[in-house]
Amino acid sequence: MTTVNAPTSSTKSIGPTGKLLTALIVAGALFWLFPIYWALVTSFKHEEEVVQTGIHLWPEHFTFDNYSFVLFNTKIGLWYMNSLITSAAVTVIVLVMGAMAAYAISQLSFPGRKILWWMILASFMVPIPALIINHFVLMSQFGFINTWEGVILPQLIAPVTVMIYKQFFDAVPKDFREAAIIDGATELQLLWRLYLPMNWGITTALAIITFIGAWNQFLWPFLVTTTEPMFNVTVGIYQVTDAFGVKYARWLATATLAALPVAMLYLIFQRQVTQAIMLTAGIKG
Amino acid sequence: MEQNRRSEITTAAILILPFVIIYAVLFIYPTVQMIIMSFTDAPLIGAGNWVGIKNYARLFHDRLFSVAVYNTLYFVLLSVIPSTLLGLAIALGVNRLKGWSQSAVLAAFFVPYILPVTVVFRIWQWALDGQFGIYQPLFTGFITNNSSIYRYIPAFMPVVAFVTIWWLVGFNVLLFIAGLRNISAEIYDAAELDGATRWQQFSRITWPLIWPVTVLVATIQLILQLKIYDQIYLFSAGGRSDATLSMVQLIYRAAFQHNEGGYGATVALVLFFIIVLASIVQFQLLRWRNNQ
Repeated sequence: MTTVNAPTSSTKSIGPTGKLLTALIVAGALFWLFPIYWALVTSFKHEEEVVQTGIHLWPEHFTFDNYSFVLFNTKIGLWYMNSLITSAAVTVIVLVMGAMAAYAISQLSFPGRKILWWMILASFMVPIPALIINHFVLMSQFGFINTWEGVILPQLIAPVTVMIYKQFFDAVPKDFREAAIIDGATELQLLWRLYLPMNWGITTALAIITFIGAWNQFLWPFLVTTTEPMFNVTVGIYQVTDAFGVKYARWLATATLAALPVAMLYLIFQRQVTQAIMLTAGIKG
Repeated sequence: MEQNRRSEITTAAILILPFVIIYAVLFIYPTVQMIIMSFTDAPLIGAGNWVGIKNYARLFHDRLFSVAVYNTLYFVLLSVIPSTLLGLAIALGVNRLKGWSQSAVLAAFFVPYILPVTVVFRIWQWALDGQFGIYQPLFTGFITNNSSIYRYIPAFMPVVAFVTIWWLVGFNVLLFIAGLRNISAEIYDAAELDGATRWQQFSRITWPLIWPVTVLVATIQLILQLKIYDQIYLFSAGGRSDATLSMVQLIYRAAFQHNEGGYGATVALVLFFIIVLASIVQFQLLRWRNNQ
């Protein structure tokens, strides 16, 4: 193992311990995935098969009945629409607002810039759940209880987005900026035509993670929406399916439908999701 | 030049305006309102009378407040340290793999993280069901009737913490992997040439170098888990039992169920300060790490 002529990349010895560790991590991965697999498989079983004794890792009779039942007997279509609209709105507003503010802080000089930046830094990781009471009071003063606006507004506080954009705008070479200014570009054009396109990767990554975060919100939508047609998916699948009685296959079919969009987003954009998570944690990816 | 300067300020004002308005209306204003409200006997909606520090005095002899603080800290203890250590262990395991097997194993640990909490609840409610749950045979020694393990009060917090770790550990794994990749391979090669054992490599190289990431992960988890509500609410069938109450749940109960906005705001303010303290620690750590 002391071959001196091969000092490149850490060629680890794959001894018995190495094999054991590999087996352990693979077993761990399977254990981690199994509950998801088990829930998925159950959602394709007939309700009678679900309560049979014994473990059937594959449905005896594969069925979509649970899905069609859920689709036709709950308001899941509306919940989907509510989730989609509110999450998309949160994503667009947070990103546009964040990019604009970050650009001003990063590239322009104006009175109060330092104070604004310090306030943003100070609100890093705002404890939103501690503000539920006063958000609710505020939304009721605005008349936004049980509306999309009510769901969206308190989710718009995203100082971390500004911090990340600023970090990336700071890194754009000044030469580009000066060249564009000589060509007569205005500040707004600089932002939309230079700074944002140059950081398109960050924008996608932030958009995906913001959307997933908004889609997955539970506590706030649960407080601010009060009638079934206004629920978003995460609230709806919990609140209403209790009316089914104990029907695991149906519950799990609704859960699968609720998770589908975020799961798809993750599978398609794995790299961006990973990058965005590192960035929001304060680590430059 | 003077004109340029003025136009720069105008542009800046336009650009920061939306953010500043949102920030002022939805963060600063509610925070100030929360502080004022905590000195009143206001209901959830509507004005109240100034009662001084009565709400704060009440915290000290409200049994539910002690229960909520205890449960929140107990949950933090059960979730933060295990999920940090487990995240590191998984990251070390994943980091040994190469190519597609590495991506696949990492994805397996990460995928629960992107699921909504209600979906996580349904998955585990099913897996742990007292009659038909696939994991129920594991608990037959503890449970005599056909109830789910988490219905048994002493097991409640550990089970919810376990499900939370299953749900969120992928986040920790990602941060640790980023940290591990920053450690240069040459250090390990040199150590190997010197005949260092695997354990020595871990304890002398990996652990000291990964320590800052460990502290960061633990603090992020701490801040997150102090706000525990969703999972406890779902697994306790709507938070019916006092025994499993958390701090956010007490805020919810005081304000939304008992219509005591003032007292709810007081509890919220305590939580707010605890989280701000933890955030300051985290921020200092980040600055320290990024300056290295």
